[in-house]
Amino acid sequence: MRYLPLTSGDRSAMLAAVGASSIDDLFVDVPAEARLDGPIPGLPNHASELAVERHMAALARQNRAAGDGPFFLGAGAYRHHVPSSVDHLIQRGEFLTAYTPYQPEIAQGTLQMLFEFQSQVARLLGTDVANASMYDGSTACWEAIVMARRVTRRGKALLSTGLHPHYRSVARTMAKYTGDVLVDGDPGLEAATDWAALTQAIDKDTSCVVVQYPDILGRIDDMSALAAACQAAGALLVAVVTEPVALGAIKAPGEMGADIVVGEGQSIGVGLQFGGPYLGLFGCKAKYVRQMPGRLCGETVDANGKRGFVLTLSTREQHIRREKATSNICTNSGLCALAFSIHMTLLGEAGLRQLAAINHGRATAAAAELAKVPGVSVMNSGFFNEFTLLLPTAARPVVHRLAEKGVLGGVSLGRLYPDNAALANGLVVAVTETVTEEDIAAFAAALKEVLA
Amino acid sequence: MTALNRAGWRPEMTAGGADDNVTFTGNRALMLEEPLIFEIGSNATTGVDFDETAPSGNLGALARTAPIGLPGLSESETVRHYTRLSRQNYAIDLGLFPLGSCTMKHNPRLNEKVARLPGFADAHPLQPQETVQGAYAVIHELAEWLVTLTGMHSVAMSPKAGAHGELCGILCIKAALEARGDDRRVLLVPESAHGTNPATAAFAGFTVEDIPATAEGRVDLAALKARLGPDVAGVMVTNPNTCGLFERDMRAISDAVHAAGGYVYCDGANFNAIVGRVRPGDLGVDAMHINLHKTFSTPHGGGGPGSGPVVLSEALAPFAPLPFVTKQADGGFRLIEEESAGEDHPATFGRMTAFHGQMGMFTRALAYILSHGADGLRQVAEDAVLNANYILRNLDDVLDAPFGPSGPCMHEALFSDKGLAEGFSTLDVAKGLIDEGYHPMTVYFPLVVHGAMLVEPTETESKAVLDQFIGALRSIALRAKNGDPALKSAPHFAPRARLDETKAARSPVLAWSEPAVAPGAPSLSEIGGS
Repeated sequence: MRYLPLTSGDRSAMLAAVGASSIDDLFVDVPAEARLDGPIPGLPNHASELAVERHMAALARQNRAAGDGPFFLGAGAYRHHVPSSVDHLIQRGEFLTAYTPYQPEIAQGTLQMLFEFQSQVARLLGTDVANASMYDGSTACWEAIVMARRVTRRGKALLSTGLHPHYRSVARTMAKYTGDVLVDGDPGLEAATDWAALTQAIDKDTSCVVVQYPDILGRIDDMSALAAACQAAGALLVAVVTEPVALGAIKAPGEMGADIVVGEGQSIGVGLQFGGPYLGLFGCKAKYVRQMPGRLCGETVDANGKRGFVLTLSTREQHIRREKATSNICTNSGLCALAFSIHMTLLGEAGLRQLAAINHGRATAAAAELAKVPGVSVMNSGFFNEFTLLLPTAARPVVHRLAEKGVLGGVSLGRLYPDNAALANGLVVAVTETVTEEDIAAFAAALKEVLA
Repeated sequence: MTALNRAGWRPEMTAGGADDNVTFTGNRALMLEEPLIFEIGSNATTGVDFDETAPSGNLGALARTAPIGLPGLSESETVRHYTRLSRQNYAIDLGLFPLGSCTMKHNPRLNEKVARLPGFADAHPLQPQETVQGAYAVIHELAEWLVTLTGMHSVAMSPKAGAHGELCGILCIKAALEARGDDRRVLLVPESAHGTNPATAAFAGFTVEDIPATAEGRVDLAALKARLGPDVAGVMVTNPNTCGLFERDMRAISDAVHAAGGYVYCDGANFNAIVGRVRPGDLGVDAMHINLHKTFSTPHGGGGPGSGPVVLSEALAPFAPLPFVTKQADGGFRLIEEESAGEDHPATFGRMTAFHGQMGMFTRALAYILSHGADGLRQVAEDAVLNANYILRNLDDVLDAPFGPSGPCMHEALFSDKGLAEGFSTLDVAKGLIDEGYHPMTVYFPLVVHGAMLVEPTETESKAVLDQFIGALRSIALRAKNGDPALKSAPHFAPRARLDETKAARSPVLAWSEPAVAPGAPSLSEIGGS
């Protein structure tokens, strides 16, 4: 077996060396009734690399890849071009097959990368600090709500109706068991966000207000007034960014006063990957750093005075604090953070701004083209690279008919909000730099045919 | 370049120690210093070309106008920066990585290849279901393997890592208790447990109480039984446990907990030791997470991503999270989400993450499982256990093995700092191993053993590698017993000497900021450059 180096001769010699007559002697602590005498029946035995690759490739072919044709899906996961060098570098064995950097003398590669990542993320989000990553945006969002509870010692979170429904769903699941109170609801099909109403709803029990930017319907809005209202009431403003490329074009939540900014970093470097692994971003104001969840990398010096990096402030973490930890998170998304950091380094500020501008320009062009389809209108007054189309009919069957015509034409609100008939005609459309003018024309033509 | 030593230190700072050979660059041949991207990049440089010029936007007052401060590098500089950084890391690809409880085994490259097939890597989680049947098939096929290998009823695939899987299992227990109107608040967790266990229990709103251990390093069954009662929701037991021992009384523990109305959570971090030889389902377990990045060899990546599917008993299955994949009568697959949960899965505790879980880890784990098959996986457990015992028995004369006399270990060998010279600690042994070219074992865990050293070789190491490692560790153990002062300042040959962790925590520097003045950096003209 190609991954197992011991020969049968080795095994015999080693058994003799440990004083065992057979391998069964080493499993002597397993009670007889739980011992399996041979390979579990009904399962295949080992297979060659060729056979396994053939099997996996056959399954992969049963999927339609995003790159197979016009593609307009977003709603929390975005398709961007990832430079070839990113995937090459993350497959360096020294990154790919390293563990969490608990022995810093021989993990400076990972640690320096994490320090650079934290610095990049903090600047992008407009926060003082950022951690070394969370699982994904949805779990980072819940952790932000819990952190706001710790900071404010209050238990009521107001969720904007523009928050991704999966993120809201994760928060609802957790709140059921932790006793946190959530105030939430579905969005309306209108151009304005609910942020003005949220400002009014803040009270003395409010721990935080959670807004998404751009939101699930693609809307963007200024959160300065909301941040001020939160501050006045002793609550925190939590901003959620599911499309970080947007922050190359629009103001960072931290710049507008958000206390905690979390996000889904998948857009930069990671790829679609059918939903995971993704990359949770987590930044906040410096004064709250000791309440943060997750790993933090910090600068220090070694015994010879050389600069070096270590994991730090770990008294917040489960391996030290156990049941008093700020979170139970251990393994995070290290390699995805590396991919993000490499892609961001390749882009640099100039490249990120250009990428964001191209996304916005392409989306603006697509919105104009799609709005020409009879019966179709664009709901948004402002957007970055994603907007909501209002169709004259339920969007969900339209998505399937578009797929039959070879166009993956967005995410229907019927899929995201199956119980809300008022949203059924909404279709969320994302347009990135990977979309061509021909793709837009094909989408518009297919939509026209489907709606005819 | 306006200054030398962009890494921020001066050659003379290394002088006076054991090594007086300083170089102009700070490099030592293949050991290369590397500055931060913030010190070598610029906001105007980019390593990405675009086919078009960007149109002017219409974002109004929301337009981001202030500088962001993100340095860019050209592609050539980027490749070099990260390649140079990578060389400062130890990794499995370089040698034995015997971190106990972490299962650092070889990561097959076939798995990397199949995960990158466009049908998997370039598919969106919200694509119409008819366009992603192959992805659902992967999830379903892996789920079937996990259920069969563990002898459990079903599996929740969406948890993102081990600790997230623990949370999933504990929420299933909470939901099951709630469904029967039973308000139990206490979870019993052994002291030897991973820190994630009590942290997870607390995160989910439970109170944590310790279960005492026997002198043999196992759960004290009598003490556990005495504590069970109407307030106890269940136990979280690791099996094999973190001392590297199989919990012989696992079935009795499960039966006692069930009889008292509780549930049994098993931390499956150490499943590698028993895969193919023992099914947790036969031991009465109700929920167990499986770290795909341990037993099934998806790469650790310097700290993730992981993946933590949770196998469930029939009693807990109805409460499993959304979404999940089911196979239909016609052979097709369907995703059960909030929409149809009412009919198909009404008792679910809800959703714990956006989308379906770690697809990129599922493809890798499935390729690993298919490569090994039922026979190979059994061999994995046997070789992992044999390798660990070989280490235990070749070192227990020079290192204290607290549970060695009571019998064989499972997949990891546990030693303590007993017998080291005065003033010498487990940390010194670990740092000495670094100089010998190894990543150290897990240190100071589990907490139940003083100065613990937990060595997990895994099955992917050859006898020759183990023999050399044993020789190296024997030598260090003897140096530590004899009080060799050079060991106190190890490592001597790593990219960095011991790092000042107190300084890092006392005045945290967590992000780069432009230094006011470059500290003591001479200009090129000062040192005679042009």
